[in-house]
Amino acid sequence: MTRAARIPFWRDIRVLRISAQIAFVLLVVLLGNWLYSNLQTNLRATNISFSYDFLQQPASMGISEGLPFQPTDSYQYAFWVGVFNTLRVVFLGMVLATLLGLVIGVARLSSNWLVRTLSGIYIETLRNTPLVVQLVFWYTAVFLKLPRVDESLQFPGSIYLSQRGLVMPQPQPTESFALWGLTLLLGCVLAVGVYIARRIYLERVQRPGTPWLWGLSTFLFIATGSWFLLPQSPLTWEPPVMGIFNFEGGMQFTPEFTALLLGLVIYTAAFIAEIVRAGILAVSKGQKEAARALGLTNLQMMRLIVLPQALRVMIPPTTSQYLNLAKNSSLAVAIGYPDLFNVANTIINQSGRAIEVILMIMGSYLTISLLTSLFMNWYNRRVRLVER
Amino acid sequence: MIGQKRVAVEVPPTLRWLKENLFSTWYNTLLTLLCLWGLYAALGSLLTWIFAKADWSVIPANLKLLLVGTYPAEMLWRIWMALYLVVCFLGMSAGLWGSLLRDTVVVLSSAFLFLALLPFGVNERLLLSGLALLSWGMMGSGWLLRRSSLRRWGARILLGLWVLSPVLVVALIGGVPGNAWLAPVSTAQWGGLMLTFMLAIVGIFASFPLGILLALGRRSELPVVRWLSILYIEIIRGVPLVTLIFMASVMLPLFLPGDTRVDQAVRAMTAFTLFTAAYIAENVRGGLQNIPRGQYEAAQAVGLSSFLTTVFIVLPQALRAVIPANVGQFISLFKDTSLVFVAALLDLFNIGRSILANPNWLAHDSEMLLFIAFVYWIFTYFMSHLSQRLERTLGVGER
Repeated sequence: MTRAARIPFWRDIRVLRISAQIAFVLLVVLLGNWLYSNLQTNLRATNISFSYDFLQQPASMGISEGLPFQPTDSYQYAFWVGVFNTLRVVFLGMVLATLLGLVIGVARLSSNWLVRTLSGIYIETLRNTPLVVQLVFWYTAVFLKLPRVDESLQFPGSIYLSQRGLVMPQPQPTESFALWGLTLLLGCVLAVGVYIARRIYLERVQRPGTPWLWGLSTFLFIATGSWFLLPQSPLTWEPPVMGIFNFEGGMQFTPEFTALLLGLVIYTAAFIAEIVRAGILAVSKGQKEAARALGLTNLQMMRLIVLPQALRVMIPPTTSQYLNLAKNSSLAVAIGYPDLFNVANTIINQSGRAIEVILMIMGSYLTISLLTSLFMNWYNRRVRLVER
Repeated sequence: MIGQKRVAVEVPPTLRWLKENLFSTWYNTLLTLLCLWGLYAALGSLLTWIFAKADWSVIPANLKLLLVGTYPAEMLWRIWMALYLVVCFLGMSAGLWGSLLRDTVVVLSSAFLFLALLPFGVNERLLLSGLALLSWGMMGSGWLLRRSSLRRWGARILLGLWVLSPVLVVALIGGVPGNAWLAPVSTAQWGGLMLTFMLAIVGIFASFPLGILLALGRRSELPVVRWLSILYIEIIRGVPLVTLIFMASVMLPLFLPGDTRVDQAVRAMTAFTLFTAAYIAENVRGGLQNIPRGQYEAAQAVGLSSFLTTVFIVLPQALRAVIPANVGQFISLFKDTSLVFVAALLDLFNIGRSILANPNWLAHDSEMLLFIAFVYWIFTYFMSHLSQRLERTLGVGER
């Protein structure tokens, strides 16, 4: 009797689940195998075999910026130069886009009608046109139309803008820089000490206050004091000097780099601005009213009540904007900035190793994406609301 | 004096608005003045450039290229036909279902009328006016259908036609082998704005089924299915679209049997499909997560199997909730079609660039790029407004 009541195996949920998974894996393996065997036949037909040996061969190509690169250097080194160039533009882009996005997002909520409308127009215009079009516009219609290098536009503080890009003074450490660095370290330690002491004191007398302000001012005091007390100022600004054909010295940014950075920052900032706006609006009105009822000033309310809560809402979408920025940096190929994708593209043309190099490209972008999201997730966990 | 009434000064409303919105505090006054100065400087030079200095002749001279690329001129009627077909369906639906669709058709028909006023050839202007008339006519007949007893059947037939419409449009523009009227036009000859639209439309429709399967896979109780779906979605979302298009254009032939020939446009469409599917999967997953447990339990209580629950209870609700998100996806796909330069395709943006490489039009970068940006802007701005209204109409996020 019990035997008859047992569920037959073809209706047993456990058996079904396992067999469904096996079938799925089989399907995937079959598909993969079909693709792989096609690849093998096609590669055999063209006499290419899969290997990374070519990476050690000389690249015989030029890379115009980033780390110094000679045509005799290897493909591998060329790829690293590309990775470095990508990281450079992505890192700077993230910082600048966040700052600009914050400003525009706050402006979007301004009580001033003109400021509000202008930032709205900014956001709607930039979000609704493709980034490549914007990049090519900045590069060909703005940067390449600038005056020639001997007629550069000059801005205060020895900043020059021309067809050859942006040139600005570079800080140069002098002999007393090491000593100054030492006092900075000392200042840090002292500042932390002051911060802790002030905190303990405030705790004891049960009063609110701003211990971090005390720490910061201690540090700034020591830093500026030692700057002026040292016999020679620790950093000098080395201004660019016009040579025969081009500027010499100073920090030089090529038009490709500047156009890419500008385009990425302006485009991403429009998205970040919307996130900032949504984040601030997401803090419920009751919170602000409660802060007022407690007698907090406007600044205190922003700093202690609104921003910490807004930040929590803002972090996950901002993370995905950072990831987008990192991925969008590959559009450098449209304006000839030698980033990872662009250099890899040239490597493929030079060596004919499409599959190997595409795997390297995808691996690099996946690593960058993964590291960014790991960092942002760690930060997100730190500021997350700890509920009961 | 104590007790004396303050006389309320009558301030005209305009002045009061100015005071409240522009000059409420000293720093607002400062900001306003700064903005006004900036606006004056920027707008002044921009307007003089647009109306006095810019040479816009590059646009009308290359309009055909920008719109349809190198599509054979004697076959252009097929593109018009496709346009008429879509407008016909759209007008009918607008009359039948009203609300948002009706507003869309009104905007579209006025756009056609506006274009008909521009100095194109006589034929084009007549065809454009025809489009406007047709949209109104179809809207009227849709409205009549709505009031008649055939309403339910009409709606079903129309829905079926909509499902068929991508196939019809592709058959019209791409041609049918062996048909004298619809001789095949290879995708190598597609170009301009038409290619941009075809890439985006094919991309979104083809990626939809795959995206839904991936979303279901990611929420599956079977670990193998779940992990493989997650792997696919995360890898695709972690790499730039350009690399995927590039990969498809270089490597797709390597992965297929030796004798298959794949057009560049089809390769790019494959890349768009694989890419968009991962994003649609994430959107759909959001919709799936928002379905209350009670729905599953109720379906179980009625005795539906898990397959039937998914198809008849869960998916309809989830898909309805993610329509606006998918419109957003379509918008970004529409913008991303400009990346096909890595596959050497000539969509709106890239045909513009290749026109600029022509020595005759060398110095017209600003005009051309601004025009292209403007075209993209019009479509995306219109579509994003539509999706915002759609969100409100569907009441997403409200219960």
